[in-house]
Amino acid sequence: MDLLTNILAATMVAGTPLLLVALGELICERSGVLNLGQEGMMLMGAVAGFIATLSTGSLAAGVVVAMLTGLAMSMLFAVMAVTLSANQYAAGLALTIFGTGLSAFVGAGFVGQSIEGFEKIAIPLLSDLPVLGRALFTQDLLVYFSWLVFAGVALFLRFSRGGLVLRAVGESPGAANANGLRVLTVRYLAVAFGGAMAGLAGAYLSLAYTPMWTENMTSGRGWIALALVVFASWRPGRLLLGAYLFGAASILHLVLQGLGWRSPTELLAMLPYVVTILMLILLSFDPVRTRLNTPLSLGQPYRPGH
Amino acid sequence: MLQLERRPEASTTLRWLSPLLALALTVATGFLLFLGMGKDPIQALTFFFITPISDLTGLAELGLKTAPLLLCAAGLTVCFRARIWNIGAEGHFLIGAVAASAVAVSVGEAGGFLVLPAVLLAGIAGGMAWAAIAAFLKTHLNCNEILTTIMLNYIALNLLLYAVHGPLKDPYGFGFPQSVMFADAALLPALINGTRLHIGLAFGLLAAVAVWVLFARSFIGYQLNVVGEDHRAAAFAGFSARRLTWFALLVGGATAGLAGAAEVTGPIGQLVPQVSPGYGYTAIIVVFLGRMHALGIIAASALLALTFIGGEMLQIAMNMPKAVTAMFQGMLLFYLLTCDAFIHYRIRFRRPLPAGLSQPAAPAGQEL
Repeated sequence: MDLLTNILAATMVAGTPLLLVALGELICERSGVLNLGQEGMMLMGAVAGFIATLSTGSLAAGVVVAMLTGLAMSMLFAVMAVTLSANQYAAGLALTIFGTGLSAFVGAGFVGQSIEGFEKIAIPLLSDLPVLGRALFTQDLLVYFSWLVFAGVALFLRFSRGGLVLRAVGESPGAANANGLRVLTVRYLAVAFGGAMAGLAGAYLSLAYTPMWTENMTSGRGWIALALVVFASWRPGRLLLGAYLFGAASILHLVLQGLGWRSPTELLAMLPYVVTILMLILLSFDPVRTRLNTPLSLGQPYRPGH
Repeated sequence: MLQLERRPEASTTLRWLSPLLALALTVATGFLLFLGMGKDPIQALTFFFITPISDLTGLAELGLKTAPLLLCAAGLTVCFRARIWNIGAEGHFLIGAVAASAVAVSVGEAGGFLVLPAVLLAGIAGGMAWAAIAAFLKTHLNCNEILTTIMLNYIALNLLLYAVHGPLKDPYGFGFPQSVMFADAALLPALINGTRLHIGLAFGLLAAVAVWVLFARSFIGYQLNVVGEDHRAAAFAGFSARRLTWFALLVGGATAGLAGAAEVTGPIGQLVPQVSPGYGYTAIIVVFLGRMHALGIIAASALLALTFIGGEMLQIAMNMPKAVTAMFQGMLLFYLLTCDAFIHYRIRFRRPLPAGLSQPAAPAGQEL
């Protein structure tokens, strides 16, 4: 029983950064913008949050700075991809390459330093539940916060006028524009939300998951999140499930080693990436569903009046 | 007020000016950045761009780093022209290096003129096999090639680490994760005696020429171009997108695999975990900067090769983090894409009209 609880708890922690960054990207893609820069924004968030916390001693400051940094990075992308109608693939790649380089440059002097990260907080009563109590309700603040964000995004998309506007812009920017909606403003806001979430996800890594900074510490999570959004067919509910599934896959090698599995660590470490490809393959058995769920204008720049 | 307006025709001048403009902006930003860090900006930029290529050894080192970039970029050009977003050059490169090393290690001390071709062919085959996975996933299972090639890069890196920690590890290497040094028969000959420059650079130049011939003189190159410009037109013309996808990815895998093989049999002479400082990713920038053109990618490879050496130089001479290389590369791509926007658009200054007057109709020919 103890083992199960531990595995569940570790799954939650591993799934949280994926959930955060994927929720941001989901909103962004629902507006029709594909931002491949997640990895770069996460890394910038991670390094900025770490430096802020290290120098102020405040975790809250770290989180805020990380989100602002992610947001600022996403605005660079938005200027190119939304205002200047640049190719979204190329612009996103540029953001990842730039973010990877800049974060390594900025963080070079901070490698090896450590901070007090987020502590686990037990929610009274709920944390006394058998098995699940310690796994779900004895987590750090950001895990709980990610649930709030999830609920907010799900409700926003389903029930709010803003959600309707967002979806209209993503499905048919021309029609949305004809109805008086400001397509570019909506897309800017969606990209900004995606950036802030990616920054927060980065901060989760450098302030909670492993409270330190190392170069490239996201190790592909930004890319996995992009696959996750496709896997979830752009729906928040499936995204939540998917994030924890991917989280489980990324700690599978630790579990297997714990169970006494004798296999080279390097081979086990490739599991999350293999699982990601397998998930993409699973989706391909129903291409019609994927196509139906893809926001129609995804990846296509829009210029009002042309 | 400022308005962005579509040009009637794409500007050819800007298409070729844009990379230079981007470079100028990158240098200018670098100047400000070094100034902000409290370093002498002139000195830093000199160390970065000039010092590395001011003698023969430096130029040879530049050629040494140009070779893998040019090889990877040649293959990626074939993919990107057809809008196949292959991000997997890094993975193809690593698998090529591992496959070539596996052959070189198993041949051991045996000599003969066939050893080197066998080693290089193993690298090419390894890269192609790795690319074939992505091609199969795309053409038969509809998986997005960006995501699969990225994932395959991470898997390839772990396979490389497994190889140097396991099957290919030098048993007498004091526990270091690396293979034995290859025998002389498995090493690439030098291009200029006394330097580390090897004939890998010739491979790269040949690949660039091949790309030029492919797109200027062959039917399949034409088909790739059409698929990239308008995939529906290509379908109407009866071009098989599936066949072209396989072709482009296999070419990408072959050149990057060869680059990996040339790296282990050239300057390094053994398999090490740090066989690539990210050549496969940097090659993406090379392709964009080089305008997907043979001559362009040759020049762009040399420039980006310089950023690798310049970064090392700054690290040694001015105690700056090595990551300055990646930052300069990212900045360059960023500025390039921004400048590229003005190939299709131009900025118009329009005086705000007095209240009550409506916007005059645009003269014919401007609204396109």
